[in-house]
Amino acid sequence: MSAIKLHYDVDGTDFTRAGEASASVKKTLRQLGVRPDVIRKVAIALYEGEINMVIHADGGFIDVDIDSEKVSLALCDHGKGIENIELAMQEGYSTAPDEVRSLGFGAGMGLSNMKKNSDEMRIESTVGVGTNVYMTIRL
Amino acid sequence: MTPIELSEKLGFRIVCEGDGRERDLHGIYCCDLLSVVMGRAKTDDLWITVMANINTIAVAVLSDVSCVLLSEGVQLDAQGLQKAKAQGVCVLSTELPTFEASSKAAALFLS
Repeated sequence: MSAIKLHYDVDGTDFTRAGEASASVKKTLRQLGVRPDVIRKVAIALYEGEINMVIHADGGFIDVDIDSEKVSLALCDHGKGIENIELAMQEGYSTAPDEVRSLGFGAGMGLSNMKKNSDEMRIESTVGVGTNVYMTIRL
Repeated sequence: MTPIELSEKLGFRIVCEGDGRERDLHGIYCCDLLSVVMGRAKTDDLWITVMANINTIAVAVLSDVSCVLLSEGVQLDAQGLQKAKAQGVCVLSTELPTFEASSKAAALFLS
Protein backbone atom coordinates (compact mmCIF):
# COMPACT_ATOMS: atom_id res chain seq x y z
CA MET A 1 0.00 0.00 0.00
CA SER A 2 1.43 3.37 -0.94
CA ALA A 3 1.09 6.07 1.66
CA ILE A 4 -2.19 7.95 1.88
CA LYS A 5 -2.23 11.43 3.34
CA LEU A 6 -5.37 13.12 4.61
CA HIS A 7 -5.84 16.59 6.07
CA TYR A 8 -8.77 17.93 8.06
CA ASP A 9 -9.56 21.31 9.57
CA VAL A 10 -11.46 21.08 12.84
CA ASP A 11 -14.08 23.80 13.38
CA GLY A 12 -13.70 24.88 16.98
CA THR A 13 -17.14 26.42 17.26
CA ASP A 14 -19.31 23.54 16.18
CA PHE A 15 -19.70 20.57 18.48
CA THR A 16 -22.02 18.83 16.10
CA ARG A 17 -19.37 18.64 13.39
CA ALA A 18 -16.73 17.12 15.64
CA GLY A 19 -16.29 13.56 14.47
CA GLU A 20 -16.23 14.32 10.75
CA ALA A 21 -12.52 13.58 10.43
CA SER A 22 -12.94 10.41 12.44
CA ALA A 23 -15.86 9.23 10.30
CA SER A 24 -13.97 10.00 7.10
CA VAL A 25 -10.80 8.16 8.20
CA LYS A 26 -12.92 5.23 9.35
CA LYS A 27 -14.48 5.01 5.89
CA THR A 28 -11.09 5.16 4.17
CA LEU A 29 -9.67 2.40 6.39
CA ARG A 30 -12.71 0.25 5.74
CA GLN A 31 -12.22 0.67 1.98
CA LEU A 32 -8.60 -0.39 2.43
CA GLY A 33 -9.74 -3.58 4.13
CA VAL A 34 -8.19 -2.78 7.51
CA ARG A 35 -9.28 -5.04 10.41
CA PRO A 36 -12.39 -3.77 12.26
CA ASP A 37 -10.69 -3.76 15.68
CA VAL A 38 -7.89 -1.56 14.31
CA ILE A 39 -10.40 0.76 12.65
CA ARG A 40 -12.24 1.09 15.96
CA LYS A 41 -9.02 2.09 17.74
CA VAL A 42 -8.18 4.75 15.16
CA ALA A 43 -11.75 6.10 15.11
CA ILE A 44 -12.01 6.40 18.89
CA ALA A 45 -8.55 7.95 19.32
CA LEU A 46 -9.28 10.49 16.61
CA TYR A 47 -12.80 11.35 17.78
CA GLU A 48 -11.58 11.99 21.33
CA GLY A 49 -8.88 14.23 19.86
CA GLU A 50 -11.40 16.14 17.76
CA ILE A 51 -13.67 16.65 20.76
CA ASN A 52 -10.72 17.92 22.81
CA MET A 53 -9.86 20.41 20.06
CA VAL A 54 -13.42 21.75 20.10
CA ILE A 55 -13.75 21.87 23.90
CA HIS A 56 -10.36 23.29 24.77
CA ALA A 57 -8.68 24.83 21.74
CA ASP A 58 -11.15 26.49 19.33
CA GLY A 59 -10.29 23.92 16.71
CA GLY A 60 -7.13 23.16 14.77
CA PHE A 61 -6.07 20.69 12.14
CA ILE A 62 -5.43 16.98 11.79
CA ASP A 63 -2.99 15.19 9.49
CA VAL A 64 -3.41 11.49 8.88
CA ASP A 65 -0.78 9.27 7.26
CA ILE A 66 -1.64 5.73 6.32
CA ASP A 67 0.96 3.28 5.06
CA SER A 68 1.21 -0.49 4.93
CA GLU A 69 2.27 -0.78 8.58
CA LYS A 70 0.55 1.95 10.54
CA VAL A 71 -1.80 4.91 10.80
CA SER A 72 -0.11 8.07 12.07
CA LEU A 73 -2.25 10.87 13.46
CA ALA A 74 -1.06 14.42 14.16
CA LEU A 75 -3.54 16.75 15.90
CA CYS A 76 -2.39 20.34 16.16
CA ASP A 77 -4.07 23.34 17.76
CA HIS A 78 -3.27 26.85 18.89
CA GLY A 79 -5.35 26.63 22.03
CA LYS A 80 -4.43 27.44 25.60
CA GLY A 81 -2.17 24.43 26.05
CA ILE A 82 -2.01 21.84 28.83
CA GLU A 83 -0.41 22.97 32.08
CA ASN A 84 0.22 19.56 33.56
CA ILE A 85 0.19 16.73 31.02
CA GLU A 86 0.62 13.99 33.62
CA LEU A 87 -2.43 15.25 35.52
CA ALA A 88 -4.45 15.67 32.32
CA MET A 89 -3.69 12.06 31.41
CA GLN A 90 -5.34 10.76 34.58
CA GLU A 91 -8.77 9.22 34.13
CA GLY A 92 -11.44 11.45 35.63
CA TYR A 93 -9.41 14.68 35.55
CA SER A 94 -11.22 17.27 33.46
CA THR A 95 -11.28 21.02 32.97
CA ALA A 96 -14.28 20.91 30.61
CA PRO A 97 -17.02 23.50 31.26
CA ASP A 98 -20.51 22.46 32.44
CA GLU A 99 -22.15 23.01 29.05
CA VAL A 100 -19.82 20.39 27.60
CA ARG A 101 -20.63 17.99 30.42
CA SER A 102 -24.33 18.40 29.73
CA LEU A 103 -23.64 17.02 26.24
CA GLY A 104 -22.10 13.89 27.72
CA PHE A 105 -18.43 14.82 27.46
CA GLY A 106 -15.97 16.08 30.04
CA ALA A 107 -15.67 12.81 31.97
CA GLY A 108 -11.90 13.15 31.98
CA MET A 109 -11.50 10.07 29.80
CA GLY A 110 -10.44 11.69 26.53
CA LEU A 111 -6.65 11.55 26.74
CA SER A 112 -6.62 8.19 28.49
CA ASN A 113 -8.92 6.77 25.79
CA MET A 114 -6.53 8.14 23.17
CA LYS A 115 -3.57 6.50 24.88
CA LYS A 116 -5.43 3.22 25.36
CA ASN A 117 -6.40 3.06 21.70
CA SER A 118 -3.02 3.96 20.23
CA ASP A 119 0.23 2.01 20.19
CA GLU A 120 2.30 5.14 20.65
CA MET A 121 1.25 8.58 21.82
CA ARG A 122 3.25 11.74 22.37
CA ILE A 123 1.99 15.13 23.55
CA GLU A 124 3.80 18.42 23.06
CA SER A 125 2.13 21.36 24.72
CA THR A 126 3.09 24.91 25.61
CA VAL A 127 0.74 26.99 27.72
CA GLY A 128 -0.59 29.91 25.69
CA VAL A 129 0.80 28.52 22.43
CA GLY A 130 -0.97 25.26 21.72
CA THR A 131 -0.86 21.50 21.77
CA ASN A 132 0.30 18.83 19.33
CA VAL A 133 -0.71 15.23 19.89
CA TYR A 134 0.94 12.47 17.84
CA MET A 135 -0.50 8.97 17.80
CA THR A 136 0.45 5.81 15.95
CA ILE A 137 -1.75 2.79 15.53
CA ARG A 138 -0.16 -0.30 13.95
CA LEU A 139 -2.14 -2.11 11.28
CA MET B 1 -31.98 -11.26 18.60
CA THR B 2 -32.17 -8.10 16.50
CA PRO B 3 -32.93 -4.67 18.00
CA ILE B 4 -36.25 -4.54 16.16
CA GLU B 5 -37.27 -7.94 17.58
CA LEU B 6 -36.34 -6.62 21.02
CA SER B 7 -38.50 -3.53 20.51
CA GLU B 8 -41.46 -5.67 19.44
CA LYS B 9 -41.15 -7.99 22.44
CA LEU B 10 -40.72 -5.25 25.05
CA GLY B 11 -42.82 -2.49 23.51
CA PHE B 12 -39.94 -0.08 22.92
CA ARG B 13 -40.67 2.67 20.42
CA ILE B 14 -38.69 2.68 17.18
CA VAL B 15 -37.24 6.18 16.81
CA CYS B 16 -35.05 5.25 13.84
CA GLU B 17 -34.95 1.76 12.39
CA GLY B 18 -31.49 2.07 10.81
CA ASP B 19 -29.88 -1.34 10.49
CA GLY B 20 -31.93 -2.69 13.41
CA ARG B 21 -33.20 -5.65 11.40
CA GLU B 22 -29.72 -6.79 10.41
CA ARG B 23 -27.76 -6.39 13.63
CA ASP B 24 -27.59 -8.91 16.48
CA LEU B 25 -27.56 -8.07 20.18
CA HIS B 26 -24.86 -9.77 22.23
CA GLY B 27 -24.52 -7.62 25.34
CA ILE B 28 -25.88 -4.62 27.24
CA TYR B 29 -24.03 -1.48 28.26
CA CYS B 30 -25.53 1.34 30.36
CA CYS B 31 -23.79 4.73 30.68
CA ASP B 32 -24.35 8.39 29.84
CA LEU B 33 -20.79 9.67 29.68
CA LEU B 34 -19.78 9.40 26.06
CA SER B 35 -16.05 8.95 26.56
CA VAL B 36 -16.68 6.15 29.02
CA VAL B 37 -18.97 4.51 26.49
CA MET B 38 -16.33 4.82 23.77
CA GLY B 39 -13.79 3.19 26.02
CA ARG B 40 -15.96 0.40 27.35
CA ALA B 41 -18.98 -0.43 25.17
CA LYS B 42 -18.49 -3.46 22.97
CA THR B 43 -19.41 -4.20 19.37
CA ASP B 44 -23.02 -5.48 19.15
CA ASP B 45 -24.05 -4.13 22.57
CA LEU B 46 -27.45 -2.66 23.33
CA TRP B 47 -26.43 0.75 24.67
CA ILE B 48 -28.91 2.28 27.12
CA THR B 49 -28.60 6.00 27.86
CA VAL B 50 -30.48 9.22 28.60
CA MET B 51 -28.03 11.23 26.49
CA ALA B 52 -29.97 12.00 23.34
CA ASN B 53 -28.10 14.31 20.99
CA ILE B 54 -26.04 14.12 17.80
CA ASN B 55 -22.93 13.08 19.74
CA THR B 56 -24.79 10.02 21.02
CA ILE B 57 -25.16 8.85 17.43
CA ALA B 58 -21.51 9.56 16.63
CA VAL B 59 -20.42 7.49 19.63
CA ALA B 60 -22.83 4.67 18.68
CA VAL B 61 -21.21 4.52 15.24
CA LEU B 62 -17.67 4.64 16.61
CA SER B 63 -18.19 1.96 19.22
CA ASP B 64 -20.22 -0.12 16.75
CA VAL B 65 -23.04 -0.94 19.16
CA SER B 66 -26.07 -2.64 17.59
CA CYS B 67 -28.60 -0.22 18.95
CA VAL B 68 -29.14 2.84 21.16
CA LEU B 69 -32.03 2.58 23.63
CA LEU B 70 -33.07 5.94 25.08
CA SER B 71 -34.51 5.40 28.55
CA GLU B 72 -36.58 7.58 30.92
CA GLY B 73 -38.67 8.90 28.02
CA VAL B 74 -35.93 11.19 26.67
CA GLN B 75 -36.32 12.37 23.08
CA LEU B 76 -33.64 12.40 20.44
CA ASP B 77 -33.21 15.94 19.08
CA ALA B 78 -33.74 16.73 15.38
CA GLN B 79 -30.04 16.81 14.50
CA GLY B 80 -29.51 13.51 16.23
CA LEU B 81 -32.38 11.90 14.36
CA GLN B 82 -31.07 13.20 11.05
CA LYS B 83 -27.65 11.76 11.78
CA ALA B 84 -29.09 8.42 12.93
CA LYS B 85 -30.98 8.13 9.64
CA ALA B 86 -27.93 9.12 7.60
CA GLN B 87 -25.67 6.65 9.40
CA GLY B 88 -28.19 3.81 9.65
CA VAL B 89 -28.13 3.69 13.46
CA CYS B 90 -31.02 1.89 15.14
CA VAL B 91 -32.48 4.06 17.93
CA LEU B 92 -35.25 2.85 20.26
CA SER B 93 -36.89 4.59 23.21
CA THR B 94 -38.81 3.70 26.34
CA GLU B 95 -40.38 5.45 29.32
CA LEU B 96 -38.71 2.90 31.61
CA PRO B 97 -35.75 3.91 33.78
CA THR B 98 -32.36 2.55 32.66
CA PHE B 99 -32.20 -0.23 35.27
CA GLU B 100 -35.66 -1.58 34.45
CA ALA B 101 -35.09 -1.39 30.71
CA SER B 102 -31.77 -3.22 31.01
CA SER B 103 -33.23 -5.85 33.37
CA LYS B 104 -36.01 -6.65 30.93
CA ALA B 105 -33.66 -6.76 27.96
CA ALA B 106 -31.22 -8.96 29.90
CA ALA B 107 -33.98 -11.42 30.82
CA LEU B 108 -34.90 -11.64 27.16
CA PHE B 109 -31.61 -12.18 25.39
CA LEU B 110 -28.81 -12.67 27.92
CA SER B 111 -30.34 -15.54 29.87
